[in-house]
Amino acid sequence: MSKIEINNVYKIFGPKPHDVLEMVKSGSGKEEVLEKTGHTVGLDNVSLKIEEGETFVCMGLSGSGKSTLIRHLNRLIDPTDGEILVEGTNVMSLDTEKLIDFRRHKMSMVFQRFGLFPHKTVLQNVGYGLEMQGIEPEKRNSISMEKIEAVGLSGFENQFPSQLSGGMQQRVGLARALATDTDIMLMDEAFSALDPLIRSDMQKQLLDLQAQLKKTIVFITHDLDESLRLGDHIGILNAGKLVQVGTPVDIIMNPADDYVEAFVKDVNRAKVIKAKIIMKPVNEANGIDKSNLIKVQEDQFIEEFLPQVVCTNSNCEVVDKQGNTKGYITNKELQHSLTKS
Amino acid sequence: MLKILKENKKQVFNLLLLFLFFYLLVMSYGASKYKPESVSELLNFTVWLNDWPKWLDLPLMNWINDWFKEFNEKYGIIFEVINNFLLGMVLGLKKILVKTPWPIVIILVTLLAYFSSGKKVGTTVFVFFCTFFIGFLHPRFWDKAIETTAIMLIGIFLCLIIGIPLGILISRSERFRNVLLPVLDTMQTIPSFCYLIPGIMLFGLGAVPAIIATFIYAVPPLVRLTDLGIRLVDKEVIEAADAFGASKKQKLLGVQLPLALPNIMQGINQCTMMALAMVVIASMIGTRGLGDEVLLGLQQLNVGRAAEAGIAIVLLAIVLDRITQAYGETLQERRAPAKKVKK
Repeated sequence: MSKIEINNVYKIFGPKPHDVLEMVKSGSGKEEVLEKTGHTVGLDNVSLKIEEGETFVCMGLSGSGKSTLIRHLNRLIDPTDGEILVEGTNVMSLDTEKLIDFRRHKMSMVFQRFGLFPHKTVLQNVGYGLEMQGIEPEKRNSISMEKIEAVGLSGFENQFPSQLSGGMQQRVGLARALATDTDIMLMDEAFSALDPLIRSDMQKQLLDLQAQLKKTIVFITHDLDESLRLGDHIGILNAGKLVQVGTPVDIIMNPADDYVEAFVKDVNRAKVIKAKIIMKPVNEANGIDKSNLIKVQEDQFIEEFLPQVVCTNSNCEVVDKQGNTKGYITNKELQHSLTKS
Repeated sequence: MLKILKENKKQVFNLLLLFLFFYLLVMSYGASKYKPESVSELLNFTVWLNDWPKWLDLPLMNWINDWFKEFNEKYGIIFEVINNFLLGMVLGLKKILVKTPWPIVIILVTLLAYFSSGKKVGTTVFVFFCTFFIGFLHPRFWDKAIETTAIMLIGIFLCLIIGIPLGILISRSERFRNVLLPVLDTMQTIPSFCYLIPGIMLFGLGAVPAIIATFIYAVPPLVRLTDLGIRLVDKEVIEAADAFGASKKQKLLGVQLPLALPNIMQGINQCTMMALAMVVIASMIGTRGLGDEVLLGLQQLNVGRAAEAGIAIVLLAIVLDRITQAYGETLQERRAPAKKVKK
């Protein structure tokens, strides 16, 4: 069973969404619907599965419906039609009380512009989720302090958010989401408002934390590099439609349509593609010059061994962790994988 | 049939309004004393096109008078109760303040200013002198100022306990807001004498109709600013509260109200100022206080007397304004301190 399952979800914004639903279902596009009825299509027949412990990145340009999608998971927005299952429970079937309980214990969220409470200190902000869970102040504070330390903000716990820089504020947001110790974390463009250096720093911090915690993370971004770096799977949204779901390599090597292709056109492939993806398996590797070989781990990115190949003008032997030869890479494979088609 | 009604709500509503209009036309024509003698006169356009015809007159005045008379007879007892209750509060408050020796009152007001402004010396000294000058202008003013303050405080108290909940309500319900906003507009624009007269008839002369008038005049800004304050709270902050599973009550008390507080304090401040403006008008229906000094000056064409009383009212306004404003500012500072560079 998938951790999160979304089946045929539609979301239409406007005064009478249900009247327009048929039109959208019958295949009318976003612009056509807007022109004819004045309704905005937020999501158009979106179905996807997110497995436990993975980071699922949902990517698209502004207005593609990615923020709408993530808000469906904890029902900050209700779908017009469709089904959302979290751990097998239909979220739509929850009444107010159960929904509140669900939000308290199942999911936490990080926001683009941080969404911190300006009238609470860092400590109180981080402890907010715990406060909602009804945990005693003493225990709440000790957990909060732990998380503040984990994101590297010790010493700032009694400051107010307005006294912190953007990067620090988002760390508070992250700590707040971690504090409730929910299985699922929703991150809505969490790092988009930060400058590039701090963003990269935060990405690393998230990867490190995720390596320990193994949470199910749904991450929204419009930045392809970010999605390639963080995502186990990536879903690409365009005008409310999910155009492609796949691993980072899938997306880059086999873009589903022009839109995705335009998206991945400028990406640095050497940074994303691993040796094992492009290698020729041993049994197909006949007639390769094996006199001058470089040993390459199968999980290494092309970027890491490319300079060596260029300098020594040699072929690569790809090995797994035990040192068994899995395949070979020649200039031909490198050229093929790095050329923008 | 019902379905057609539901689908064309707007048209049906407009049609009903049209019917109402014709009903009123027929009714007023029927009730008019100046009906034309014959139909031929009706058809003689030159007669009634020049001046507004006398028979085209909505007898709203009679309707209201009849209705009010009946209302007064039936429900007068309720207003008597309200009257006694409010009067008791005003008299009690006044008694305490008047019986306290004036230096002590000045000291108390100064202390209040000191603590509400977050121990700012400048504000405190300013408030002290303003308070002192109220009595210093004319010894009689002191007791009158206290009377005015007592009426105002009760009025503002009413505004608070009714205005803030109303503000919260309209911030939550679009429909309720659409209903209430025109009512608030009416309350603010209708000349105060229009409700002072029924006020006198229901409550008698004196302090209570003044309190009611103060309330009607001063509550709209408080309702509006409470509503505005709550709706201006950052949407993402509200989403954050929702996402972490705050219940409606937790969200209101823990997030929305605290963040709307600067605006609400502004509303209370506006409320106070408008209440004070009402004091002079209320003196015309026999409410004692600083306002009747102005009125006396007016009646005697005594410029100096009116000016003295006018200044005393302004001083009172300054004192109240400083105390409520300063309290709002202190709150804001405590909750969201100005950004400091910290390494």
